[in-house]
Amino acid sequence: MGVAGERPDPDALLARVKDEEARKRRGALKVFFGAAAGVGKTYAMLDAAREQRADGVDVVVGYVETHGRAETDALLAGLEILPARLAEYHGATLREFDLDGALARRPALILVDELAHTNAPGSRHAKRWQDVLELLDAGINVYTTVNVQHLESLNDVVAKITGVVVRETVPDSVLEQADEFELIDLPPDELLERFKDGKVYMPDQAQEAIRNFFRKGNLIALRELALRRTAERVDAQMRVYMHEHAIGKVWPTAERLLVCISPGPDSARLVRAAKRMADRLGAPWVAAYVETPAQLRLPANVRDRVTQTLRLAEQLGAEVVTLPGQKMSEAILAFARDRNVTKIVVGKPRRPLWKRIVIGSIVDALVKGSGDINIEVISGGREDAAPIAPVLRRAIPTDWAPYGWATTVVALASGVAWLTLPFFELADLVMVYLLGIVVVATRYGRGPSLVASVLSVGALDFLFVPPVFTFAVSDVRYVFTFLVMLLVGIVTSNLAARIRMQAEAARQREQRTAALYALSRELASTRGVDELLKIAVRHIGEVFRSPVVVLLPGDAGVLTAWSGSQFAVDANELGVGRWVYEHRQAAGLGTATLPGASALYLPLVAPRGPVGALGIRPADRHALDAPEQLHQLETFANQTALAIERAYLADEAQQAQVRIETERLRNSLLSSVSHDLRTPLATITGAASTILESGERLDARTRHELLESIREEADRLNRLVQNLLEMTRLESGALQLSKEWHPLEEVIGAALSRLGKRLADRRVDTRVPPDLPLVPIDDVLVEQVLVNLLDNAIKYTPSASPIRIMATATDEAVTVEVADRGPGLPRGEEDKVFEKFYRGQPTGGRGAGLGLAICQGIVKAHGGHIWAQNLPEGGVAFLFTLPLAGKPPASVPADA
Amino acid sequence: MPDPVVVLIEDEPQIRRFLRATLTGQGYRLFEAATGADGVVEVGSRQPDVVIIDLGLPDTDGLDVIRHIREWTDVPIIVLSARGQERDKVTALDAGADDYVSKPFGAGELLARIRVALRHTAGASHEGDDAVFKVGGLRVDQLHRQVLVNEQEVHLTPIEYKLLTTLVHHAGKVVTHQQLLREVWGPSHTEQAHYARVYMAHLRHKLEAEPARPRYLLTEPGVGYRLAAE
Repeated sequence: MGVAGERPDPDALLARVKDEEARKRRGALKVFFGAAAGVGKTYAMLDAAREQRADGVDVVVGYVETHGRAETDALLAGLEILPARLAEYHGATLREFDLDGALARRPALILVDELAHTNAPGSRHAKRWQDVLELLDAGINVYTTVNVQHLESLNDVVAKITGVVVRETVPDSVLEQADEFELIDLPPDELLERFKDGKVYMPDQAQEAIRNFFRKGNLIALRELALRRTAERVDAQMRVYMHEHAIGKVWPTAERLLVCISPGPDSARLVRAAKRMADRLGAPWVAAYVETPAQLRLPANVRDRVTQTLRLAEQLGAEVVTLPGQKMSEAILAFARDRNVTKIVVGKPRRPLWKRIVIGSIVDALVKGSGDINIEVISGGREDAAPIAPVLRRAIPTDWAPYGWATTVVALASGVAWLTLPFFELADLVMVYLLGIVVVATRYGRGPSLVASVLSVGALDFLFVPPVFTFAVSDVRYVFTFLVMLLVGIVTSNLAARIRMQAEAARQREQRTAALYALSRELASTRGVDELLKIAVRHIGEVFRSPVVVLLPGDAGVLTAWSGSQFAVDANELGVGRWVYEHRQAAGLGTATLPGASALYLPLVAPRGPVGALGIRPADRHALDAPEQLHQLETFANQTALAIERAYLADEAQQAQVRIETERLRNSLLSSVSHDLRTPLATITGAASTILESGERLDARTRHELLESIREEADRLNRLVQNLLEMTRLESGALQLSKEWHPLEEVIGAALSRLGKRLADRRVDTRVPPDLPLVPIDDVLVEQVLVNLLDNAIKYTPSASPIRIMATATDEAVTVEVADRGPGLPRGEEDKVFEKFYRGQPTGGRGAGLGLAICQGIVKAHGGHIWAQNLPEGGVAFLFTLPLAGKPPASVPADA
Repeated sequence: MPDPVVVLIEDEPQIRRFLRATLTGQGYRLFEAATGADGVVEVGSRQPDVVIIDLGLPDTDGLDVIRHIREWTDVPIIVLSARGQERDKVTALDAGADDYVSKPFGAGELLARIRVALRHTAGASHEGDDAVFKVGGLRVDQLHRQVLVNEQEVHLTPIEYKLLTTLVHHAGKVVTHQQLLREVWGPSHTEQAHYARVYMAHLRHKLEAEPARPRYLLTEPGVGYRLAAE
């Protein structure tokens, strides 16, 4: 050992541990797998279920079809059977598996037959395997049965072997999730015996087809497929086991497969082949589709096929990418290099030989540029792939106007040619026509320009080539002229059309990018979930011309429509949204899940999980069927989800910040308060006990001093408690301003008289202009501001220095200034002083550092602001504004 | 005149103890009650000259006690209340209290309020003696309709004069804005609180040496005004 590469990759181990954890929470899936109908899968499943029940497991039969076979029916006896859901469809009543009933019953183990079954329209999911996945998600163990021909990746092979196209398929990924995989094997001879005895029932197939199906050759081939498939699975399990236990070198090389999806009809087949190849190699694989400008002009049905092929690849477990590019081979190779792809799988070229020689083939280009990447070419061959989820599309009516214009242009060219005929040779007239063709090609595209080419040749022949006014040609040389003219016309048409398509493709891409850019830019510059959603809903609504709804989980995690949504959702639609949100998958209109909904719902999934769901209700049911549209909608949804999560994260960060801040404040409050309360208390206790214990021995003066200090310290305590209360009121938001119009002078007067003795020997210079307007204030609070500011001035300046109070008014506000002539504030601390628990270096007395913070709170509550500035002549000025908001009171009637 | 009787309704024993020392030391006869119910009984049975009541009582709301007492007697009621509860003070005054002292208070402050209250009770019986009011350099002679500051006659407008005499009538006691508006401008003007403030400012400019640091016309923020009486 000792080779690093042979050790288990820690990341991979971690991923598997997570995988296992997820599995523990999920229900376990056991698949009874068979080569064909009639091998006894249902029987085996019921048998196994009975054993489980004997072991005391809570088993429920969710849905089992016994086709009236007696021995199977006998096994059902005694097992609890979930009543079937009856679905009305076109007058017929269909029996369906009742998913909701099963989820409500929540057994430990449930039996659901026929994994590949297609549910009746109107069911929640289009396919039964989707029901099973939901059961597993809910933590319920599931037993199910499936035949090899229903496996998505083998579907085409089976069709080829048996000639019977099976339309009900199960994605391989579903079977790969199975915890147990049991092959129910029956030799072909015995199976044929059973078939002859009428013991085999195949639904939905004509008798003829069934007879064709049950041929020995077919059965042998199917059996081999099933055995091989099982062997592959066992092999994969073995590899996992070996890897887990670091036994030997597990992955031969880090293979990575890329399959090129073309618009051709054989691409589905190609995807299946690639899947099988990837499985054999145990390699991850990517399905890539190159969107060249030309492909944007492909007919709708061809593009649908591409979409379906991509969906198929996704279901088969591929990573699906769409690459923009001018040339398919270049885009593929660049991507392959980027992602360390070791093998590229392409279909055999379908272009005719001459085209391949002239233009070259994609395969050739790939081989030429591939370097050390292997290119695997798989033979073509058509298949009529069953549509996975039929994409409905309107027939786009042909627009005849351009053809009219093409004819007009040719007529015009003919006119010009006729007029100039006397001056020019016939060869020059050809040029006039060619000009016309170029004009048509650049303006109207290929079809009209081809028409123009043919018409031009005809017109030239008819009008100018002798014999004139007949289509007959006298000179054979003219035939050559016509040919060249036609060719030039065709080539020009093609070139011009290509330019147009490229421009169109570029325009569409540009439009998509611009729309996305506009959205993300606006989202990036916005704060708050509500604002973000407003923007997202507006953009999505505009780009897709459809009303949008956003569903968000409320406090209890219950999904509700966001208030700014553009259409209302009823309980049913909300249920679809909830399903989308919980399963992180699109559902509703145009999807395989709950297609009956009136809107398409996409999950809003951010890195940390789903944040909600987005619903869009296009006016035209098929407006969103185009893959580009859907893809863009998904991108928009992703951007929105990211923005929402970012907003949530910002909120959380802020809350965390607030918590930290609160914690910090609590701590400094405790330390500050405990210090500031204890100091005066110590003085009071000390002084009082001195007087009590040795009162007689103290002289009158000392006793008076001690009593004086008791009173002063008590005052200080009172101020501190007052400040704490005030701060608490401010912060709790319980502060209610009761504003009235006051003369400021009166409030200043009240503050000065409250400070009374503490101001005793100070010179206080009050300058209030006599014409100062009344200000709308809560006088008690503003008085508190003034008291705190004056108190500060007293505390931090020498006892004889003067204090100045000044008020000035503008139209908008009154500014009040309280200035002292003390040492001023340290540089750069002019703002800090308003922070709670900030304390300067006091020259006398101490405080909790709350005074200025309270001032700030009160002034802000009045809509004003407060600031400090050192004065050039020394000292500091505290200024605050009180806005003159509101209607001033009626003027006071004068009296003589 | 016998020693004035004071009924103290206060639940805090420490404050009762301190007031007992203060008031009995000043020659008042003190009766104490720790609850509102007891307080009402004391007021009914002791015929007090002054009632002191804490608004925060354990059993009943102090305001209810005041209203109850006012149902049968005009005895002066002085409220003890904390600073920052201006609204409560105004409510108490509206409910019939005569004055208030903010906790914490000095003994001097409370004694001054009691003296003012007693003087007003006494004054009510012989109105004529109050025709001339004097405090510091301010002299208001209602008989001759004359106002002097430091021996200088000051001319007042009719409303200013009425405002001043209203304050003189309640000298030493707090007068709420509502009360002033009602008594000076009449009951229809109680909404124009700024009238009183504007005229008070005029009055200060005429009577006070330093209008921003008034000596006589004091402001009780959030409650009203008080004309200094001593």
